[in-house]
Amino acid sequence: MQLQLDPMKLIFGRLSLEAIPYHEPILVGTFIMVALGGMAVLGAMTYFRLWGPFWRNWITSIDHKKIGIMYVVLGLVMLLRGFADALMMRAQQAMSFGDSHGFLPPHHYDQVFTAHGVIMIFFVAMPLVTGLMNYVIPLQIGARDVAFPFLNNFSFWMTAFGGGLVMVSLFVGEFARTGWLAYPPLSGILASPDVGVDYYIWSLQIAGVGTLLSGVNLLVTIIKMRAPGMKMMRMPVFTWTALCTNVLIVAAFPVLTAVLAMLSLDRTFGTNFFTNDLGGNAMMYVNLIWIWGHPEVYILVLPAFGVFSEIVSTFCSKRLFGYTSMVYATIVITILSYLVWLHHFFTMGSGASVNSFFGITTMIISIPTGAKIFNWLFTMYRGRIRFELPMLWTMGFMITFVIGGMTGVLLAVPPADFVLHNSLFLIAHFHNVIIGGVLFGMFAGINYWFPKAFGYKLDDFWGKCCFWFWTIGFYFAFMPLYVLGLMGVTRRLSHFDDPSLQIWFQIAAFGAVLVALGIASFIIQLVVSFLRREQLKDVTGDPWGARTLEWSTSSPPPDYNFAFTPLVHDNDTWADMKAHGYQRPTEGFVDIHMPKNTGAGFIIAACAAVCGFGLIWQMWLVVIVAFVALLVSTIVHTFNYNRDYYISSDDVVRTEGERTRLLAAHV
Amino acid sequence: MATPLARRGLLILPALLLAGCNTVVMKPSGDIASQQGHLIFVSTMLMLLIIVPVIVLTFWFAWRYRENQPDTSVPYDPEWDHSTMLELVIWGAPLLIIIALGLLTWITTHTLDPYRPLERIDARHPVTAEMKPLNVEVVALDWKWLFIYPDQGVATVNELVAPVNTPIRFKITASTVMNSFYIPALAGQIYAMPSMETALSAVINKEGDYEGFSANYSGAGFSDMRFTFHGVNQASFDQWVQSTKAGGGALTRPVYQDLADPSIKVPVRRFATVDADLYHAILNRCVAAGSPCMDQTMVTDVNVKPGRSNEHE
Amino acid sequence: MSDLTTSNAGTLPSTHYYVREHHPENGTLLGFWLYLMSDCLIFACLFATYAVLGRNYAGGPTGAEIFELPIVGLNTSLLLFSSITYGFAMLEMYKKNVGTTMLWLAITGLFGAGFIYFELSEFVHLISIGAGPQRSGFLTSFFALVGTHGLHVSFGIIWLITLMFQVKKHGLTAANKRRLMCLSLFWHFLDLIWIGVFTFVYLMGVLA
Repeated sequence: MQLQLDPMKLIFGRLSLEAIPYHEPILVGTFIMVALGGMAVLGAMTYFRLWGPFWRNWITSIDHKKIGIMYVVLGLVMLLRGFADALMMRAQQAMSFGDSHGFLPPHHYDQVFTAHGVIMIFFVAMPLVTGLMNYVIPLQIGARDVAFPFLNNFSFWMTAFGGGLVMVSLFVGEFARTGWLAYPPLSGILASPDVGVDYYIWSLQIAGVGTLLSGVNLLVTIIKMRAPGMKMMRMPVFTWTALCTNVLIVAAFPVLTAVLAMLSLDRTFGTNFFTNDLGGNAMMYVNLIWIWGHPEVYILVLPAFGVFSEIVSTFCSKRLFGYTSMVYATIVITILSYLVWLHHFFTMGSGASVNSFFGITTMIISIPTGAKIFNWLFTMYRGRIRFELPMLWTMGFMITFVIGGMTGVLLAVPPADFVLHNSLFLIAHFHNVIIGGVLFGMFAGINYWFPKAFGYKLDDFWGKCCFWFWTIGFYFAFMPLYVLGLMGVTRRLSHFDDPSLQIWFQIAAFGAVLVALGIASFIIQLVVSFLRREQLKDVTGDPWGARTLEWSTSSPPPDYNFAFTPLVHDNDTWADMKAHGYQRPTEGFVDIHMPKNTGAGFIIAACAAVCGFGLIWQMWLVVIVAFVALLVSTIVHTFNYNRDYYISSDDVVRTEGERTRLLAAHV
Repeated sequence: MATPLARRGLLILPALLLAGCNTVVMKPSGDIASQQGHLIFVSTMLMLLIIVPVIVLTFWFAWRYRENQPDTSVPYDPEWDHSTMLELVIWGAPLLIIIALGLLTWITTHTLDPYRPLERIDARHPVTAEMKPLNVEVVALDWKWLFIYPDQGVATVNELVAPVNTPIRFKITASTVMNSFYIPALAGQIYAMPSMETALSAVINKEGDYEGFSANYSGAGFSDMRFTFHGVNQASFDQWVQSTKAGGGALTRPVYQDLADPSIKVPVRRFATVDADLYHAILNRCVAAGSPCMDQTMVTDVNVKPGRSNEHE
Repeated sequence: MSDLTTSNAGTLPSTHYYVREHHPENGTLLGFWLYLMSDCLIFACLFATYAVLGRNYAGGPTGAEIFELPIVGLNTSLLLFSSITYGFAMLEMYKKNVGTTMLWLAITGLFGAGFIYFELSEFVHLISIGAGPQRSGFLTSFFALVGTHGLHVSFGIIWLITLMFQVKKHGLTAANKRRLMCLSLFWHFLDLIWIGVFTFVYLMGVLA
């Protein structure tokens, strides 16, 4: 690689005005909408003087509750982009038959399906899961924050900036055209010489650092910061699944970091990790990326399982059936998820013995998963079931997920996979489990914990609309895809010649429209709930009659979560406390030690994002400056020893006194 | 509340039923594919043994144990959270199904291994020693398929012809990126990868024209990377070979290099002659004059003697 | 829905359910261990890649031809000695001697810098004779593995210098001692990785 001594090249690299797609009407239109919307938001923030509070209370916040909320907001915003991609794909595939080529030429369609996958996995599902875990875990274990509050803030901003880079790719340059896992040689420099794959690599590397650190953070939190008396087997099931999820994160994400780094070296410096010539091996990439990729899907689904465990138990007013076997099932799933990765490429020619080994391990995972489903079923048995929104989502999950699981075990039989691999059957399967499992779990969790976070419940009517549109929409959108897969249709096609397929795609497009209505209902639900918040108010802190510690706090909890750290004697700690007539302490409060807000996380992450942008466009001067800035701001931050403060006992007295008054007035 | 859910659940059934009707995966024309389709059916039935009771129980429990259940004889047991017997069933029943499925998996993965030479033409006819297999060398290009028939000495682009009830032996590679060679009516797919060779054994039992395509996204021309596979009787096949030989066109290295340039929606082409070692050169990435063949390089690499120092300075 | 004010009849006193003051254990070392193990996984991926690509010479130079074991031996000694001197620094830290702690840290840093210097000159030499990372799969995986290790050592040195400033400024406070312990883990870990590199890459490369 020769040193570029031309200063313009050093500063601007490959970036030029041509990178801006002003001749693409869809993109120009999107940009105008985004610009207008963005200016409206920025204008409102300036007019209402919100910048100061936004910086002080949100951007620099190290409070796990605020960070959890920000993660969920990030996930929901990115859901809009990811789903817009889905609508475009469904429309294109419903239209593009014979002479008609739809409205998306392959150059764009191929970016849309790549972006759809990347955004949904990395910037919708991961943030939603991380956000819920962040918000709930410290409250469930009786702690005041996570183990490393600054790192928590930094992790969030790394994830957010990673997502930001993906969004920037829409208007400056383009995104990858490789599918969401970017296999080489297609993603190598010869077949993809443009910046798309570089956007992919660096947005994921930056977000990946955030996720990894978050994993370390939550692991240490759960291991070290549980309230006294909360032995491992007294933890709530959501905490258990979070523990296993974070083990998976710490053990899987480094592989992603390594393999993406290798791909970027191939692309930027001409190394031979995955090239066709000079001794590279593209199959190595496939192995490494799936060694990460399979645990990743369990990272997504295990917290959802945890959410459902909490919800089933609460809304059946009954102890969770088989707590011990739930815990062991989760641990077994965690371990086994490392032994199945090859099932993603049975067709790569590994030989019958290797293929059958991995097929069988994949099937074995269905046993503990099935055990969990049965345990939820038998929690319902002889319970008193209330069909509030979280429980509705749970019912939807139980039906939908088992179908997806079944098709998954089917795909685990290698000869069956030989005819179904990469077909629309596969697409239907993984959407079945991700939507039915992860997304339904996230909606269930959001509806469940929203009152805790904001002090009022979500509107029931619009919530039901959201649920039914999503559920019915899902079936209309994806059941046809199972059929199409069995008709031999492969994935990622932007044009078809066989007219008999079209009706199925049209049904699927209809389903996508229903889901869009579901998302619209959700947004309306948020707005209506906010407007009706006085009527929907939760005063007690425990609107569902729930069973775990987070419900013992006020809604929303005070900054310090617990005035006194709880002492735990049993599972379902809050239920135990209520059953024994627990009375809130109203005096004797002490000063509480809390971490301070800081802007360092935001600044360091911003430097990383600029560095990433520079790497994408090979703007080497920008890269060097941003990297040095990153290093310097990190070092400067480490010189800050003044990271905590005390909430005075007077403040605690005041806060707790207000809650006492509120509770008394409510009764 | 359970009724609309039940109605929704029934939506799945038509899909499953339809799946049996005109879907090529479940009703293919090649013996390997039909064994695979049968496997899908059997596996699904095995799993439905668990899935259907689960779904039924979910609806039933939701209905029976709902809070405003008017029948007060329905028990409410809030502290009941354990039953060893039930746990045994919960873990045991799926375990038994998985053992069955696992055995089936082990056996069929070996019998339907794409590398394994064909052992039967169909359920009633084994492969005999007299049957000469048809060898086809497949190269996935951007964005079309090249088929070389080494025994017949011809080649085609985007057209594959084979006689029915004759074992076919494919050897597959690619020129630039990963593709997947797939003819749903014939057999399962297998990846086509540059500098690597995969293999597939198959047989077509019914005359007809079948779809073939790439099942692994490979770039801008992917959607049009399709070809037709013609299953014909032996006489027609021989006739086709003759007419291809008579039709002229030579697939030499320069012609191949031209062909390998990216192109989309390539019409069918036939070549009467093929350079003898063209496929070997494509596989070992030495089509261009003067470039080293990978197998040669690997031989030198393996035979490197230790202790040689500074020889490349 | 909640039952905060039920009667007290036959119930345990509420103090049964909370403690007045609770100081959770510090999790920094555990957290650092977890991060370190994730870093170990990155190295595991690089070792695995080297295992797969390590004999793909593509007609180019082999390990036997380009590895100069004397330099590698020197580098190994430098790194091993730096681990020993860091150990001495930690002993002095426990004895609360700021001055000697700083001295041993400085020596550690110098050894580390020496390691980086010799490694960089090895890389420059290899590139100059056409044995750079672009030449073959073997050389790519070699440079990636050894280079990543070298990058980690370099960051360790920057961290070490920063810590020296901080110890000078604030002394051996609890926070600084924790940081020194984390760097200690990091430094010894890199030493361990180097033993793997030295054995599987250099020694076995020459003997293969």
